[in-house]
Amino acid sequence: MRLPDGGNSIDRGQPLRFSFDGRPMSGFAGDSIASALLANGVSVVGRSFKLHRPRGIFAAGTDEPNALMTLREGGRREPNVKATEAELFDGLVVQSQNRWPGLGFDLMAATGLAAPVLSAGFYYKTFIGPSQKAWMLYEHFIRRAAGLGAASLEPDPDSYEHAWAFTDVLVVGSGPAGLSSALTLARSGVRVLLLEQEAVIGGHLLQEPGTIDGKPAARWAADARAELESLGATVMPRTTAWGYYDGNVIAALERVSDHLPTPLPHQPRQRQWNIRAGKVVLATGAFERPIAFAGNDLPGVMLAGAAERYLARHAVVPGQKVALFASNDLAYGAAFALHDAGIAIAALVDPRETPGETVLQGLRARGLEVRTGQAIVAAKGRQRVRSIHVAPFDIARGALVGGEDLAVDTVLVSGGFNPVIHLASQAGGPAQFDRALQSFVAGAPREDWLATGAVTGQLTLAGALGDGARTGAEIATGLGHRTIASAVPTVADDRGPGDMPAIFEIRDRQRKHGKAFVDFQHDVTVDDIRLANREGYRSVEHLKRYTTLGMGTDQGKSSNIIGLALMADARGISIPDAGTTRYRPPFTPVSIGALAGPEVGAELRPKRLTPMHDWHVAHGAEMMQAGLWFRPRFYPDGNEPLEAGYVRETAMVRGGVGMVDVSTLGKIDVQGPDATVFLERVYANGFAKLPVGRARYGLMLREDGFLFDDGTTWRLSETRYLITTTTANGGPVMQHLEFLLAAHWPGLRVKLTSVTEQWAGMAIAGPKSRDVLRRAIADIDFDDAAFPFMGVRPGTLNGVEVLLARLSFSGEMAYEVYCGSHAGTAVWQALMQAGQPEGIIPYGMEALGALRIEKGHVAGRELDGRTTAADVGLGRMVSARKNFIGSTLAAREYLHGEDREQLVGLSSVSGTKISPSSHLIEPDDAGSGETGPSLGHVTAMTYSPELGTYVALALLQGGMKHLGKRLTATDPVRGKSVEVEVTDPCFIDPEGSRMHG
Amino acid sequence: MIIDCPVCGPRHLAEFSYGGEASRTLVAMENTDREDWSTYVFARQNPRGPHEEHWQHSGGCRSWLQVRRDVTTHRIEAVRLIGPFAGETGS
Repeated sequence: MRLPDGGNSIDRGQPLRFSFDGRPMSGFAGDSIASALLANGVSVVGRSFKLHRPRGIFAAGTDEPNALMTLREGGRREPNVKATEAELFDGLVVQSQNRWPGLGFDLMAATGLAAPVLSAGFYYKTFIGPSQKAWMLYEHFIRRAAGLGAASLEPDPDSYEHAWAFTDVLVVGSGPAGLSSALTLARSGVRVLLLEQEAVIGGHLLQEPGTIDGKPAARWAADARAELESLGATVMPRTTAWGYYDGNVIAALERVSDHLPTPLPHQPRQRQWNIRAGKVVLATGAFERPIAFAGNDLPGVMLAGAAERYLARHAVVPGQKVALFASNDLAYGAAFALHDAGIAIAALVDPRETPGETVLQGLRARGLEVRTGQAIVAAKGRQRVRSIHVAPFDIARGALVGGEDLAVDTVLVSGGFNPVIHLASQAGGPAQFDRALQSFVAGAPREDWLATGAVTGQLTLAGALGDGARTGAEIATGLGHRTIASAVPTVADDRGPGDMPAIFEIRDRQRKHGKAFVDFQHDVTVDDIRLANREGYRSVEHLKRYTTLGMGTDQGKSSNIIGLALMADARGISIPDAGTTRYRPPFTPVSIGALAGPEVGAELRPKRLTPMHDWHVAHGAEMMQAGLWFRPRFYPDGNEPLEAGYVRETAMVRGGVGMVDVSTLGKIDVQGPDATVFLERVYANGFAKLPVGRARYGLMLREDGFLFDDGTTWRLSETRYLITTTTANGGPVMQHLEFLLAAHWPGLRVKLTSVTEQWAGMAIAGPKSRDVLRRAIADIDFDDAAFPFMGVRPGTLNGVEVLLARLSFSGEMAYEVYCGSHAGTAVWQALMQAGQPEGIIPYGMEALGALRIEKGHVAGRELDGRTTAADVGLGRMVSARKNFIGSTLAAREYLHGEDREQLVGLSSVSGTKISPSSHLIEPDDAGSGETGPSLGHVTAMTYSPELGTYVALALLQGGMKHLGKRLTATDPVRGKSVEVEVTDPCFIDPEGSRMHG
Repeated sequence: MIIDCPVCGPRHLAEFSYGGEASRTLVAMENTDREDWSTYVFARQNPRGPHEEHWQHSGGCRSWLQVRRDVTTHRIEAVRLIGPFAGETGS
């Protein structure tokens, strides 16, 4: 219910409409969904995860375990959003979750179907039980029952950004300690960045009844923000620091547009920040801790501080007849504020002997009485609290005597405070147990951070403000600032927590009153924790996994310490001896979209385009991605399918002339007096005798003796070479060579330059290729004697300098033509023009592959990191007369075994297609269906127009020993098996007469 | 993680490539002892704490660096150039 006045965070001039499960409702700007639902009198907001019990709003912030909602519709639909964190906007559609058919009547809860089955360890017992059949039995049931909201199946229409920030000091949290430390730092001239997860700056100041420097605390917070900004500090609301990483890097999520129906133009939905800070001030505050008692999960049971906050900030009250159950003084503030607002306080129940003097004064001033030495044993009701059972309580023994029922509709509970040590824990500070708090506080820092305020256990307003100022001054001094402006403001009407005895549970030993919950979201009860102990899951890590305590979307923010305390009690040890889990990022859920940032869809990876890319696209090429490169797959003739297109292109190259873009090959310019020595060391074959103007095919091994890469190297002068590598290995080869020069041979006078992007390359291949080039390039003599196979010649084409090498990957007479990238398209077009009389065609990757397979030339699939030079039939190239990288380890016997998988050709016996994903097995002669072990695998497959059948390259155990043998190439995944015959890997022109022509 | 490249200055991890443990003994090309090469290629110290390692500023000046990094904290304790300009401070 909303009061007619008040609420320091809402704007009554801006009413907003929204719907909850289809019911129209209204709220105000500044409402959270939770405050708006409370204002509209909604009490059941969801059903629990396993038991489907009705649940209400319990907290007011990130610690909320119950109120998970699905927001919006269509592509922007987002499940599992905490109603306490999400801001209301006009037209928002809110749906509750995990209920069927509706919130009021839920079939799962009504039938009680879940309750007897889903006790602690249910998952363990089911999944690691004697039979996997249990999972088969339960899966359907579990998937239906244990549900959160459903994600949208539509694409996300919004964008996300990544951003980086650098600051001298990062302050996390804008409560009293955070603001006062930021103010001290900014006033002392330090560059400060302040993060606040909520829309409004102030944290707990927004609900403090006291005044600071004569101003209401909320007003002081607003003024502090204005002063910070005037001093040049950056204040970022709606930004949650969720991860603390090495090197003082903090990950933070800025919810730029989540409070709007749609992002503003050119704005992302969320922005993921990586903030590098010299120092970090963790002013992350504390969560209020509940007390477990029977029926404590009923709607109407709420944290006292949450009720205080809803009243102060949103003028919303949770009920009309309120009981308070508190074991500290601070929680009385909620009851006093509600009383002052005209709400009936039916009972104030305090298990302690007496509250503190300030509370007693407040009670006297309002004419209220407190039931000291008593406890709420149970809350009763079906859809909401209707009554409570209150009984005298002996703190020392936890015993209860007698008691009475009182009619109430709301129970405010407070069992103390748990410092929010998540970021400190992530930063490596071991949690330390604080006796006064009966909880953990941030321990000694490891990274460069300091904790201040409530996170260290400082729970008074004056204490937090003073602590913050001290922390700020300490950092400013440490940074060398001389004028430290540490002004500690004056607080009036401050309050403190008083004595906080260790009360985590009101144990109903007779079990008269039903379940008492620890983790509301995962339905973990106090009995589940004792059951885990009895069954031997006692360490905190086991407890967590066995009961699923703290594993919900709230990560146990309201339940971890109680669960730990109950386990410590059951084991008869102290809480710190029972331990605490290490917190890990993220502090609150982070959307995958924010983590991905802009790198989605077409922007997932960088694109590499060759200089002739636009020409290929304009001429109808079907493009494919090879690594980061975009390359033509084939150039379809009309609606020609790939299968026909590549065969046509292959046949054209064998019978006429074709041209393919090879600009993607890695290219390295090697220069220096020791260039030849260098190549001798990095290649397995000899380069010392390579004359200027000639190219040589080279094999590069890794240090361990396996094949690394292959390519041609062209000698351009006495001291200069051009290395080409495979497309895939351009980067790795460059890095390898640079490492060798730096780490092994710093004395070699050699300089490497990557020129992959600088040179455009095209291979013109086929028996008519020389005719085309003769017509196009006048200043090169193409006669065999003048320009033999493996020759390298410079020339000019239409005034463009070109470099030609007579190389052949296809096995036909062929030349590679290189020119500067800027001229790539011009040279390509000139050659296409020149080749018209010969009917030149462009060809793509598929035909390139077909041509090399027919020749048995190896490529990436054969150079797979497990093959040696001998394995692929190139053993004779490896020099025995020199030492080179890989030579010593390549000599290991193991790498020369007879039964290694080695390169062979395969020919389809019946002419049917060989699946490229086939393994090779012995033929199943007897037709028994039994298959033997894999003898090897197919690496590449093509239709050979020249041979009129499908052929393949394969790595087969024993290799060419099996020449002529029949095997079965089988691809069980696709259900394809073909009989093949083992052949020489070179199917066409084994003498090489065509390319030498 | 930030590596203070002696040539380019402090740069983000994303600009660098890891090159493996640097405390291995390099084997001379003349040495054809299989044990020596096996040790160099396969054996690693893998210490808990300060670790000598190679990094390349592959997205920058492409220098190879020897970096001492505490693998338990990612704190970088020393960075120096290797190769022909080893020892030069750059300024």
